[in-house]
Amino acid sequence: MIEIKHLNKSFRTSGEPIVALQDINLTIEDGEIFGIIGLSGAGKSTLVRCINLLERPDSGEVILDGKNLMALSKKELLKTRQSIGMIFQGFHLLEQRTLLKNVCYPLEIAGTDKRAARERAAGLLEMVGLGNRLDAYPSQLSGGQKQRVAIARALATSPRYLLCDEATSALDPNTTQSILSLLKEINRTMGVTIIVITHEMSVIDRICDRVAVLDKSHVAEIGKVSEVFTSPQSDIARELILPKALSASLSQRRLRLVFDGESSDKPIISNLVLECQAPVNIMFADTRVIDGAVYGQMVISLPEDERMDEKIIAWLGANQINYIEEVQS
Amino acid sequence: MISEMMEKLWANGILQLGVWETIYMTLLSTLFSYAIGLPLGLILAVTSDDGIHPIPWLNRILGILVNVFRSMPFIILMVAMLPVAKAVVGTSLGNQAMIVTLVIAAAPYVARMVESSIREVNAGVIEAAQAMGSTSLQIVWKVLIPEAKPSLITGAVISMVTILGYSAMAGTIGGGGLGQIAITYGYQRSNDDIIWICILLIIVIVQIIQEIGTGLAQRTDRRIKK
Repeated sequence: MIEIKHLNKSFRTSGEPIVALQDINLTIEDGEIFGIIGLSGAGKSTLVRCINLLERPDSGEVILDGKNLMALSKKELLKTRQSIGMIFQGFHLLEQRTLLKNVCYPLEIAGTDKRAARERAAGLLEMVGLGNRLDAYPSQLSGGQKQRVAIARALATSPRYLLCDEATSALDPNTTQSILSLLKEINRTMGVTIIVITHEMSVIDRICDRVAVLDKSHVAEIGKVSEVFTSPQSDIARELILPKALSASLSQRRLRLVFDGESSDKPIISNLVLECQAPVNIMFADTRVIDGAVYGQMVISLPEDERMDEKIIAWLGANQINYIEEVQS
Repeated sequence: MISEMMEKLWANGILQLGVWETIYMTLLSTLFSYAIGLPLGLILAVTSDDGIHPIPWLNRILGILVNVFRSMPFIILMVAMLPVAKAVVGTSLGNQAMIVTLVIAAAPYVARMVESSIREVNAGVIEAAQAMGSTSLQIVWKVLIPEAKPSLITGAVISMVTILGYSAMAGTIGGGGLGQIAITYGYQRSNDDIIWICILLIIVIVQIIQEIGTGLAQRTDRRIKK
């Protein structure tokens, strides 16, 4: 279990200190896949680096299995880092080492016997589907393959935790899929707790159990992915789930409809249009599968007619459709 | 036309000795320059503010020291360092004395070359190594040096060619080698062909060093797709 308590971090540049994280409180349970989502500059990469103290927080506590990492000696910290794997957006493999030797690296650091290390590394590369490329060099691989090597390397010392810093952001959608499936499989079969940093909601809903939404150095909201998706409490969460319609005229009111697992298979919009005799305009729409249930969100803009709008809203209420009025900004 | 002097130099083996002395001085000076410059360059890179183990005061002192030696023109530094050469090898003349002055001049240069090669190593790779619990020393040995190897070799070739140029200059104050032959038999006795043959031989030596070095750097670099 990872507990982060009252964590603060700011960076000192030439001028004013820049606040990166402010009073962050999180608990990550064993065995879950925990997502941290936010826009660029929200502080998510800094937050994940505070978990293995690559960045040292200014104040607060990072507690890993009951151990306060901030209180550890340098030597103990290095030892602890061996139990936290990490993968990156840029893969960061050793370019001058073969794949096998790359995966052996953390084992060398941990002082594992050479032959045992080679066996373990070969086994891991086999697991990630690169068992026939042991003597290849990273420059000969595609991005997805490089990330697979990085995953094998991160797992070499059998860590209980795996930190993923935008691990799929440099990959195309298909490769992203396969990397995410691999992470999910690792979580399921090896019981590794995974912390996923991303700016893409699709990564969160595909593999995460819970998610923390980070906005301007704060945790805006935190909860089960299905809950955050069906009833986002913060503006930033709504925006990450479905971007605001930018081009709509200001005079039109817009509603965000949220479909939970049950309502998403009913023809709601058709019924709405037919029964209210109202022309609505669909600005954005998206559905996704979370834990086997289909969830959807849709932004519609209402006609410029006050009475018609009231009718639509009443209809939505009567049919128990969750909706939120979008505020023009 | 080949002059009488040239025939004499060849027959007496002076020209051949000059080639050997130039190679000998260059190789040994490069070796000793790296013995000092490689660790110095590593320390400069590692202790800098954005290095893996910042030690600001040490970095500043070494940086200033290196700059002082780097800013002195070689021809002046060479003369100034003759007493040091005498103290180290017992004489201020000949190959061995020149190797001492060459090393003093080249080591700071080598240190900067090494420093820049080390700084080229991808910061992300270093971060990954840190995330895996590597100590600073392990990062130096297992990440920085191996990852920078092709660049270090390329730098060594450049350094060696520079040292070869310095060694020719050392000929003016009795350092031996092709430089001295060009000055004493060529320039001072007005035998242009001797000057030119020395230049030609130096060009050939530089070419050989460059070819071997470039080949080595390419062969060790695993980033090149084959």
